[in-house]
Amino acid sequence: MGLDIRWPIGLMFSLIGVLLVGYGLITSSDAEMYKRSLEINVNLRWGLVLLVFGATMLTLAWRGSKQDAAEAKKKV
Amino acid sequence: MQSVALGFLDYAILAIYVIFVIGIGFTLRRYMKSSSDFLTSGRSIPAWVTGLAFISANLGALELVGMAASGAKYGIATSHFYWVGAIPAMIFLAVFMMPFYYGSKARSVPEYLKMRFDERVRALNSIAFAVMTVFASGISMNALAKLLNQLLGWNYHAALWICSAVVLLYVLKGGLTSAIYTEVLQFFMIVLGFAPVVYLGLQDVGGWDAMTHALKGVSVDPSALHLKEAGTHYAANAWTSAWQPLLAGPKNNPMGVDLFAMVFGLGFVLSFGYWCTNFLVVQRAMAARNMGAARRTPLIAAVPKMLFPALVIVPGMLAVALTSMSGKGYRIPPPALETSAIEAAVAAVKASPQPALAQVVDSISAAQNGLDAKTGKPKKLVGFDQAKLSAVLATYAAKPIGKSDAEGDKAVRSEFVGALSNAVTDYDYDGVIFSLVKRYCPTGMLGLALTALLASFMSGMAGNVTAFNTVWTYDLYQAYIAKNKSDQHYFWMGQAITVVGILLSIACAYFARNYNNAMDIIQLVFGFVNAPLFATFLLGMFWARCTGTGAFIGLFGGIGSSAIFHSLTIAAGNSPGVKGGYISVVSTFPSEMAQNFWLATFAFLICLGLTLVISLVTARTKSDAELTGLVYSLTPKLKDAHEAWYLRPAVVGIILLVCCVILNFIFW
Repeated sequence: MGLDIRWPIGLMFSLIGVLLVGYGLITSSDAEMYKRSLEINVNLRWGLVLLVFGATMLTLAWRGSKQDAAEAKKKV
Repeated sequence: MQSVALGFLDYAILAIYVIFVIGIGFTLRRYMKSSSDFLTSGRSIPAWVTGLAFISANLGALELVGMAASGAKYGIATSHFYWVGAIPAMIFLAVFMMPFYYGSKARSVPEYLKMRFDERVRALNSIAFAVMTVFASGISMNALAKLLNQLLGWNYHAALWICSAVVLLYVLKGGLTSAIYTEVLQFFMIVLGFAPVVYLGLQDVGGWDAMTHALKGVSVDPSALHLKEAGTHYAANAWTSAWQPLLAGPKNNPMGVDLFAMVFGLGFVLSFGYWCTNFLVVQRAMAARNMGAARRTPLIAAVPKMLFPALVIVPGMLAVALTSMSGKGYRIPPPALETSAIEAAVAAVKASPQPALAQVVDSISAAQNGLDAKTGKPKKLVGFDQAKLSAVLATYAAKPIGKSDAEGDKAVRSEFVGALSNAVTDYDYDGVIFSLVKRYCPTGMLGLALTALLASFMSGMAGNVTAFNTVWTYDLYQAYIAKNKSDQHYFWMGQAITVVGILLSIACAYFARNYNNAMDIIQLVFGFVNAPLFATFLLGMFWARCTGTGAFIGLFGGIGSSAIFHSLTIAAGNSPGVKGGYISVVSTFPSEMAQNFWLATFAFLICLGLTLVISLVTARTKSDAELTGLVYSLTPKLKDAHEAWYLRPAVVGIILLVCCVILNFIFW
């Protein structure tokens, strides 16, 4: 119905991913902060995972919309 | 539990999530033109979306919190709630039942009952369901607001109203479609928000093998962690093996359940009763865009459901393992102490001379759990580590802790409360999941995990509200109050009842907060109503001779018999009352869970028997022609042999069952 849910999912996770990666980069020298996550910079790493997931969703949505457009053209 | 401070980024992530779910609602608003758009999504949604929404709607109801708690209490055996108590029923729904729900064009489960039987059965089912959904959503919102209050120090009322308002906004704007779409988004949020916590936890204990090793130590000596009385123990695999402790009998597994109750009571009666007849989940499948998509919905949902134990049960097991490792500095959090209990402790510290230890425990317990009117003793004693408690009493005797929160040195007082809580040996298992989030997540990840927690509650509430508004509008309002109105009128009613539904949920949340005991009774009654339900559907769908009178009386008989069963049985360790046995105790079960499973089994069999007998002695009111599309033997079989294998529910169902069996063998 109307909205392809992959757009908002993709957008939201890309956005959160960017924020986490950015924050992870800024704080990468802050050893004290990452002590609790076992000295892993989880913000950076998991931010990248979210970014990849978000981008995949956006790509799928984009391809879906192209397909729909092509089908609509055929009908005309 | 001490509260956590959120950073700016954490709030930003939370805000982004809220903006997106509301945004989805507003985007969908222009597609809402009729009551069916609003209440049934106009049957237009692809299968992968309804499939993930199906699982997300179920996830909401305290699952994350509750299953982590069970993982800590029972270990891997908790997976029975997934691999025994969900997957087979979901496959059954897809292969056998969905054709009737979807093919009959019923808009709800109660409406199907009306087509198959008569108005009486529908009325009974829809009223019970409507009341139940409102209470279920109230209970979970109360839990959420309490959690946010304890963890983040947010105001209880603000948390409750704001979360409800967000759900109201997006459901009111975009109806069922909006609820389903946001449930998909919430599904990913929950998975992606909690996966890193599980990963870090596993890293911390030193991997899976290290965790199972630690758990074996706990099983052999559970009293070291105060999990069982001193001197008693389980076999080494009690936490790490799914079936062996069960086969060894109820005394040898932490659940206290026997094999038959597990497989038949949970795996058949309760599980099929929930997954195959509960409109909350079935509604998601009914919103799919065609029959194929509707049947694939539960199958798609079964895949994540099968894997969820890794996400929700493992954290609980990790918590127990970490607690048993002395060097890790972790313990399962103690229950939050009431202000009055803390004040009782302060009084004991300040008294001179200080009272005996047993007396201190008594006065704290009385404040925390209340007094038993009959015996004049505390209802339940708070468990204390004697040595730690006396150390606390000695240490703080001369320090400025103040009589109440307002007095004394703030820092010293909070240190005192921390030390006192740490001396408590009881566990608040519901706090497990968040204690791990707090332990491992720095700012950033913390916001993500917290948003995931919020998402799981919201998806549950939205699920309840959308199921409630459909049943109210179509099965109660249109059927009994205002027939033959224009569709626009029902559309308006659907929206109005959404607001009312949310307000009722909030009222129930307050009710749950203030009358905990009343809530126990209400949930008990729901248990009675639900237990026999699947017998009615089974006979209705697969036996054309089954009559409306038979179904109606069978249901009532089933409900009544579960109430009687409950009044005559009790679980070991409980005293007669709300927990059962209030007429007399004929039989004692090793645990409440066993009592529940047996109650369901009993009610199911009574309902089945009654419905059978009464159907045979009453005349059929519906002809074969009327039952076409509603009963298995009278409905032409769906032909899907020409489709690709992965589009055929029976084939996919068998593959999923095999996977499920393999999983059971791996964690045997």
